[in-house]
Amino acid sequence: MDSATAAEFEPVIGLEVHVELKTKSKIFCPCPTKFGAEPNTQVCPVCLGLPGVLPVLNEGAVELAVMAALALNCDIRPSSRFHRKNYFYPDLPKAYQISQYDHPLATGGWIEVGAGASRKRIGIKRLHLEEDAGKLMHEGSIETAARSLVDFNRCGVPLIEIVSEPDISSPEEAKEYLQVLKSILQYAGVSDCRMQEGSLRVDANVSVRPTGSAAFGTRTELKNIGSFRSVVRGLQYEIRRQIEVIRAGGEVLQETRHWDEQREVTVALRGKEEAHDYRYFPEPDLVPLHLDREWVESVRLKLPELPEARKRRFVSDYGLPEYDAGVLTASPSLAEFYERCVGLYGRGEGRPKTVSNWVMGELTRFLNANNIEIEEARVTPSHVVELLRLIEGGSISGKIAKAIFDRMCETGEMPSQIVRREGLGQISDESEIAAVVARVIEENPKVVGDYKSGKAQALGYLVGQVMKATGGRASPGLVNRVLRERLG
Amino acid sequence: MAISRDEVLHVARLARLELGEDEIEEYTRQLSRILEHIQKLQRLDTKDVPPTSHVLDLKNVLRADETRPGLSREEALSNAPDAVSGFFRVPKIRES
Ligand SMILES: [Zn+2]
Repeated sequence: MDSATAAEFEPVIGLEVHVELKTKSKIFCPCPTKFGAEPNTQVCPVCLGLPGVLPVLNEGAVELAVMAALALNCDIRPSSRFHRKNYFYPDLPKAYQISQYDHPLATGGWIEVGAGASRKRIGIKRLHLEEDAGKLMHEGSIETAARSLVDFNRCGVPLIEIVSEPDISSPEEAKEYLQVLKSILQYAGVSDCRMQEGSLRVDANVSVRPTGSAAFGTRTELKNIGSFRSVVRGLQYEIRRQIEVIRAGGEVLQETRHWDEQREVTVALRGKEEAHDYRYFPEPDLVPLHLDREWVESVRLKLPELPEARKRRFVSDYGLPEYDAGVLTASPSLAEFYERCVGLYGRGEGRPKTVSNWVMGELTRFLNANNIEIEEARVTPSHVVELLRLIEGGSISGKIAKAIFDRMCETGEMPSQIVRREGLGQISDESEIAAVVARVIEENPKVVGDYKSGKAQALGYLVGQVMKATGGRASPGLVNRVLRERLG
Repeated sequence: MAISRDEVLHVARLARLELGEDEIEEYTRQLSRILEHIQKLQRLDTKDVPPTSHVLDLKNVLRADETRPGLSREEALSNAPDAVSGFFRVPKIRES
């Protein structure tokens, strides 16, 4: 499909995001919520759905949900209640999920995405509290498994569901919405938002319509999206598929489709026509929830500085470009790391920008390559700052610093120790440099000739040869000067 | 009849109930009578009555976010028809 054809249609996207709240105990029982425990060791009669038990709402879950709603600019409803959502599935032992239906906890929020003139608000329609289900695993491979295994440790972990308005107009914008949402929720301290651990999960609703049209097309719901990258790939595929269906004179069916990560296609789920008849009714075991203004305001006071505000502060306090400030403040732990580095290194002479370059460059590259978060790495602000001081004092070159960066992060060894042990310190002894320079001149008569006949760039090659011969340990300034002197 | 035979079949399917021919007729009749009875309430003027979401006059029954050990894994699995390596084991679920 060429881009001219694609421009005839525009996608309309809305996202439903489920986020596990960081409480110590489950939403309706005192079972622990620790991730990674042995299967079925964090369960009790309430979360196993045994007869005769009574769920009691966790105050901590309410507070975190309210905190999330406030951070997302939502209105907290003064009164909300819980419903039973009925369906049969083996990860749900009660055969209903306690959720919220017509009276959610919060409505009418928004977040902002994009920069400059394309800055835009994405509405948040509602945010409600519910319980998570257990985890299903297939015995052996998914195709051949005759039976499934169930672990109920996750069953009853508090979730918030955040439903966006259909304000998102491209797969890339969907990804950005998720990045901003994740960042805000991490800052607010309500969730780890780790997609690989399932503490943040995404479903997408998508339709297409003739560009400029006000009416909505028929939408499909995309499930089984495992990463932000799959959000983009899945939506791109689904948009293309819908446009092709319409152009072929067909009709898009309202259905749920699975994103198949291996084959990179979406597949319709069949035989579930009745699955959406959830027969919601008010949960008789739970009483209504009334949140008075005063209490909500007391929660608002506990909200920490959010990413947008921190980003603005990074620009004004550290004189960073907006781009740097955005990257550094995307995760609260990275922002914290950066600020501690600047605290140690100081703010004068463009130092905040130097720190930013290293944190955004080498450090982020290391974290991504090892797929870890900054708090899991052994590197501390003291490591980074010591490294910067070694460069600043002329003890090592920037190139050597880059070369030992990964080792410092992996082992936690201080950079000065690595430099001393490996003899990587910069050579600033002029006679030592002069000896190497003499050898390089002798070995490269042609280049020397070029230089002498006026080819200035030949000098760069000679400098490179000296650097190579010294393993990058020579001070480039000194090499330049000595070379010029010798070549007259 | 306040409820149709098809609606009874639909509700039975949702509840995973398999009904015999005589049961379908019986339940259609019974459910209709119940609905007719409830319909009497609709004659009342409830314009100024706030909806009741709960029969008890209670709100905000909450517990502190504290953990307490629940059942041991052996206890949790003791009534399971099938279990293996600490998991409940169930028939395979078909996604599509
Ligand atoms: Zn429990």
